[in-house]
Amino acid sequence: MNYWVLSGIVVMIGGFTLRLNALIVVALAALVTGLAAGLDPAAIISAFGKAFNDTRYVSVVWIVLPVIGLMERRGLQERARSLIEGMSGATLPRLLTGYLLLRQLTAALGLTSVAGHAQTVRPLLAPMAVAAAQPQDEDEAERIKAFAAGTDNVGLFFGEDIFIAIGSILLMKGFMEQNGIVLSPFDLSVWAIPTAIAAFAIHGFRIWRMGRASR
Amino acid sequence: MIGLTQVYILAGITFAAFALLSAQDSANPKRWGNAAFWALLALSMLAGDRLGDFANGVLVLALVGIAGLGGLGRGTDRSEPAQREVEAARHGNRLFLLALVIPLTALAGTLGFKYLPALVDPKNVTLVSLALGVILALSIGMVWLRTGPAEPLHEGRRLMDAVGWAAILPQMLASLGAVFALAGVGAVVGDLMSAVIPDGSRLAAVIAYGLGMALFTMVMGNAFAAFPVMTAAIGLPLLIGQHHGDPAVVAAIGMLAGFCGTLMTPMAANFNVVPAALLELKDRNAVVKAQIPTALPLLAVNIALIWLLAF
Repeated sequence: MNYWVLSGIVVMIGGFTLRLNALIVVALAALVTGLAAGLDPAAIISAFGKAFNDTRYVSVVWIVLPVIGLMERRGLQERARSLIEGMSGATLPRLLTGYLLLRQLTAALGLTSVAGHAQTVRPLLAPMAVAAAQPQDEDEAERIKAFAAGTDNVGLFFGEDIFIAIGSILLMKGFMEQNGIVLSPFDLSVWAIPTAIAAFAIHGFRIWRMGRASR
Repeated sequence: MIGLTQVYILAGITFAAFALLSAQDSANPKRWGNAAFWALLALSMLAGDRLGDFANGVLVLALVGIAGLGGLGRGTDRSEPAQREVEAARHGNRLFLLALVIPLTALAGTLGFKYLPALVDPKNVTLVSLALGVILALSIGMVWLRTGPAEPLHEGRRLMDAVGWAAILPQMLASLGAVFALAGVGAVVGDLMSAVIPDGSRLAAVIAYGLGMALFTMVMGNAFAAFPVMTAAIGLPLLIGQHHGDPAVVAAIGMLAGFCGTLMTPMAANFNVVPAALLELKDRNAVVKAQIPTALPLLAVNIALIWLLAF
């Protein structure tokens, strides 16, 4: 067994931990792995070039950007904001649960940038959550704001993989295909649904408990 | 027959348009870097099959070089917030309907084109349907909102600039899979793992895979990067190879186990540290702390789901 071929994995862990440019880290990991397997540099470049060409469909996802850009130019983010503003006056659990659902559903449609920390959490969700909860002190207000930001992340992460044209789905398809297993993006995105439901249930339960504690 | 070739032509034209618009964007100090990066990607989409393996590899090195030397910048945003408010009030929730066109077309095409194998390549129905959905949504949008192709392309360029070089990270990581396969990484790690994981224990392998995805994501701050590592190490040799697990379940839910790791690490700065700064929180790890009680049970659920659904 040639254990040196694992050095590429070490390069990846080290490079990403040190926050080096991710593209350089991946290229270096490929080079180190190939060298350890006894390939010459030209053969490694060719192998990587062939794989890059064979997996071009992974980057095809970006063809959706002109459509999303057009919708944003015509007020999509503003519309999402007024939907959230429409929840003002709601209790804390209703506000956060409604936001979580909205974030999961829009992400599942590929609209990952319609909401977010800069777009909706800081200007709307966090102040509305604090207003609804009426915290006793500064520390409790901090916890509510942090929880609002966490709600946005949970909604995004466990909604977006239901959309077929998202980077992670096609990365999985591409990586598996390079290892001889052909999958369709649709098969992969369907399996994101059980976890999406579980995420809504678990985070929703925490929101409900928070509402009871603040009463 | 319509297949990936036509999808790549559409993608090539889109990236070429981004490159041209970047070159004209004098407000971007690094406009030539942006233009070169998207032009190279357009070249890959349009002519990759004619370049040959080595030239494609050199193209990748050029992309990595431009990005690694900080050659990409952010262009201008041409739209006015006040104008967007007016538009939002006028169109209301119908804007979301336009957003539904792409996923609905992709879904309908994926299910329907299977019965038309002469028309659409059966292996790539989803990607062809996605491209059709984009063309359809764009056509409806241009007629409904009375605009030409310039506006969507400009706005697409603005969003592309925001994504930057990270746009090709998933494709790079997928390509890394080929080098791992060529070097036999999976076989070596599978051999190592069989020494650690109790002989033939499927449950132990599933737990090691799910926990490994989350842990590596926490260390690297990126589930995309953890995926090739853990899939080469445990997913492919043990779960799929030895225990004959369903590859779609192993991959899809494994990635989501990684996302649970993303919730628990300050290394994923965009999601966890930047918002703490935006909200002016005293504790920069406050968001991570708020997320851990959701992430841990959800990780357990993901591991259970792999165990239940993959075999």
